[in-house]
Amino acid sequence: MNPLKKIQYNCRQATFLIEKKQIKKLSFREVIELRIHQAGCSACRLYDSQSRLIQQMVQRLFLDSVQSSASHLDDSFKQELQERIEEELNKK
Amino acid sequence: MATEKQLLDPRHWVEAHADYLYGYALPRLNDEEQAKDLVQETFLAALERKEKFEGKSSERTWLTAILKNKIIDVYRKRSSGLKMAAVKEAEEELQDFFNADDGHWNKAHTPQPFGIENQDPLQDKEFNGIFQKCMQKLPALWMAVFTMKHIDDAATDIICSELKISQANFWVIIHRAKLNLRACLQRNWI
Repeated sequence: MNPLKKIQYNCRQATFLIEKKQIKKLSFREVIELRIHQAGCSACRLYDSQSRLIQQMVQRLFLDSVQSSASHLDDSFKQELQERIEEELNKK
Repeated sequence: MATEKQLLDPRHWVEAHADYLYGYALPRLNDEEQAKDLVQETFLAALERKEKFEGKSSERTWLTAILKNKIIDVYRKRSSGLKMAAVKEAEEELQDFFNADDGHWNKAHTPQPFGIENQDPLQDKEFNGIFQKCMQKLPALWMAVFTMKHIDDAATDIICSELKISQANFWVIIHRAKLNLRACLQRNWI
């Protein structure tokens, strides 16, 4: 099989390039390979959009966690922490 | 400029930064006790080296940097020993998704529409819950690589050297983690 034929039918390689693309600029060759593949593969086009959607969701999830009330420390732990810090400061 | 120099105020730390640091650590560790411990360790380590604070960044940024290093230590501990197993597993499981002979999606794993492409999926409580569970299922090393890259946007070579993995392994893990997450969503949502 010639190299282009190979990528045309290789979803494993195409999904790899889809992931790589989100992190790093693809080489010219890789860009062409992925385009050719996606032109003929609706499953990988769908994968591409879902992959980017997941990416955004992951980022949101982590950002929200910093603000959300679910990730608040309880008061007794905070008080212990405060005492610990005071103690250390007074040592010096 | 000396007048703009940031100052440290340790007596104020708990009130000002404890919740923030905890919220930062929790999703990265997925473990409440460990996240609490790291917040405490961060404050204590910061006290020890407060003379080294140069005032170039804000107090919070400085504390977060210390916490970040502690999180990486945890990642390293969690994934040591399991490392090669996790990578091997990743490579092997790739074969569950694609046909061995031609690399095409196999029937069971071909992507299907989620059916919520047009709205904000995290607004959907059920979807959000499934998503979080799927995240938690990722192996520790994958989770570490995934978070460092996609959330903290660390340089690839830094991730590789800090977690002691090769570049090739890095890409396998990135690829695999996303395939897995997507498959998990499809399995549990549709």
